[in-house]
Amino acid sequence: MTFAPRTSRGSRALSAAALLGASTLVLAGCGAAPEEGGEATAEATDFAGCIVSDSGGFQDRSFNQNSYEGLQAAAESTGIEVKQAESQAETDFEPNLNSMVQSGCDLTISVGFLLADATKTVAEANPEARFAIVDDSSIELDNVKPLVYNTAEAAFLAGYVAAGATETGKVATYGGMDIPTVTVFMDGFADGIDHYNQVKGANVELLGWNKDSQDGTFVNSFTDTSAAKTTTQNFINEGADIVMPVAGQAALGTLDAVVAANDGGNEVRFVWVDADGYETLDQGKEYQLTSVLKQMSTSVQDVVETAAAGEFDSTPYVGTLENDGVGIAPFHDQEEAVGEELAGEVEQLRQEIIDGTVVVESENSPQA
Amino acid sequence: MSATDAAPAAPGRQAAPPPTATTPGAARRTWTGSALQSVLAIVAALVLGGLLIALTDDRVVETAGYFFARPGDMVSAMWAAASSAYEAMFYGAVYNPNGNTLGQRVYPLTETLTVATPLILAGLGVAVAFQAGLFNIGAQGQLLIGAALAAYVGFAWELPVGVHLLAVIVAGALGGALWGAVVGLLKARTGAHEVILTIMLNYIALNLVAYLLTRPAFLRPGSSNPVSPQLAETAMFPKLLGEQFRLHWGFALAVLATVFVAWLLQRSTVGFELRAVGANPRAARTAGISVTRGFVVVMVLAGALAGLAGVAQVAGTERALTAGVAASFGFDAITVALLGRSKPWGTFFAGLLYGAFRAGGVTMQSMTGTNIDIVLVVQSLIVLFIALPPLLRTGRDRARSRRGRGSAATEGVRA
Repeated sequence: MTFAPRTSRGSRALSAAALLGASTLVLAGCGAAPEEGGEATAEATDFAGCIVSDSGGFQDRSFNQNSYEGLQAAAESTGIEVKQAESQAETDFEPNLNSMVQSGCDLTISVGFLLADATKTVAEANPEARFAIVDDSSIELDNVKPLVYNTAEAAFLAGYVAAGATETGKVATYGGMDIPTVTVFMDGFADGIDHYNQVKGANVELLGWNKDSQDGTFVNSFTDTSAAKTTTQNFINEGADIVMPVAGQAALGTLDAVVAANDGGNEVRFVWVDADGYETLDQGKEYQLTSVLKQMSTSVQDVVETAAAGEFDSTPYVGTLENDGVGIAPFHDQEEAVGEELAGEVEQLRQEIIDGTVVVESENSPQA
Repeated sequence: MSATDAAPAAPGRQAAPPPTATTPGAARRTWTGSALQSVLAIVAALVLGGLLIALTDDRVVETAGYFFARPGDMVSAMWAAASSAYEAMFYGAVYNPNGNTLGQRVYPLTETLTVATPLILAGLGVAVAFQAGLFNIGAQGQLLIGAALAAYVGFAWELPVGVHLLAVIVAGALGGALWGAVVGLLKARTGAHEVILTIMLNYIALNLVAYLLTRPAFLRPGSSNPVSPQLAETAMFPKLLGEQFRLHWGFALAVLATVFVAWLLQRSTVGFELRAVGANPRAARTAGISVTRGFVVVMVLAGALAGLAGVAQVAGTERALTAGVAASFGFDAITVALLGRSKPWGTFFAGLLYGAFRAGGVTMQSMTGTNIDIVLVVQSLIVLFIALPPLLRTGRDRARSRRGRGSAATEGVRA
């Protein structure tokens, strides 16, 4: 009977906890009951806007979440009904899309190029249902609207800023995976740096990506923060003082490394992508130089609102600097470090890209 | 408890001879318990899952705030939350009464059968290995390699109708068998533990497929997205009930595989030898059965079955190879085999149930907004309820024999 005392001690602790829990419940349940029949929310429209995520889920702080927020915003402005389905694996795409169509969705947003095959199949089988797909332009159907973003243009500006702001003459970038929606950022970034070097006769070096050979550093994951951290530390050790991770959630590892470097007296900054990191990050945002913005939420909101008004069309939407579908974030805390002169040049460059005076080309840009 | 069950865990067992099957009593009891236990585990898991759905529901949380003023509100809100979620799951898995046509009404059932197909095939792979005393955790890797080979034959070769699909099926089975054979050979030759081997090979398979999907041979022309070209029409399973349903002839393959495995285990010499190896490897060796050969044979068979699950994926529903083509089917297969008690038809029905969960979860999510993760919780609870009783019993036996030592030792053996 060696364990007898332990048992009784355990049960005493257990009953104390149970008592505490019960009393909390009692206290929590003491509110007054509301009046009956007070609920009546008017349905403004019977349009249903729906969304199917890829396996990242709607809380990925990245493109699933952005697109979802766009749909929510559209729902708030027009009063449409919203339905959502998270995909746990790639095999869930088609069942989820089918389920959306069968539950009466008028427009379904597919988030990500991975959903392309499934979206095409379901759209062909249901010509009366409408779809919009983020980050893919391979589908040519009357009821599918592609939403793609030429992020190379915005990354070009970020590359120019980074080249102007670096003190060591070395900046770095790396990707989550070697796929076009990632490397398009890296291409633009590389070209922006080249442009700076040409205009200023400077010699800023980029680590982690070679645009000509399409070869560079990848952590082969969008979630592996420790690989991202190690990669970033290596770049810092090689002398880079600005790092742009294009790696989804894994990029949080870069943040750790940058904060650690600054704590150690090493001035290192980062460039965030997709959303403005200054608004979404919990730590280290003072070291953010800028963010390359991919405005999925605005374009999704736009498409849903247009469709709800009965004006759906399948012309591809391409986000550019011109239509504000892509852009760069304000410099926030780094405004002084960037300086008015460089900021002015970037603004001018933005105009030149819109005018077509400066051409940003990337083989990874969406064709539409 | 039968004599064979107790044999591997019998007291006074000497140092294990290399290589041997590793099935201590509790594990064996977990994998070969009664059907009634399985049913009770499912019911208990559904009840707990329903409670969880109810307690996380917004309306329930709201009514809990004034529970003592009007308790009926919270009770009815809890009932409404759980019942509507399960109702939606039923609509999504079995029969949709809101459908306009007969096709729409039975669509959920066909969807369940579609999703169940890879689960049954991979589940059989796990079950058959367990019958020979091996924990095959590697169905995921075997499935992936099978899918990769099948997909390649499907999109790169041009063959006539009929022959092409057959070639795809054979390629998939070969791929899986190859991946299983590696495990069997290593275990037979070196005595390495199959759990470690299969887990490691899962990683190798996943990264191998991810690597292949960066090579031009496996990519669509002009694209560098990690998605293979689509399989040729001739390489695809024909649809079983017409184009409007996803259900394909792969399901018939799953039924055939179940019949075959049942025959093999119960009626054939090979099956008898495998079961003998699983029940008591030393007795089997004494009886003149080659244990090492048994390991290789059973892993080839298990791998081939999991490989067929890969075929069902690429030639049935997905039509292309991606790194995520296996979803979590290879791991779910372990649970399916566990719930099916490693028996062929048990595994078949457990696969149907898990298929229903997966298909129904989709509808539950879109109809009631219940988080899809609840399905995973219910599935995991089932495993827990199946594994718990044998574990508790073993724990109790151990405690009893520790307490009594000499006098209670006989009792411990009996229990």
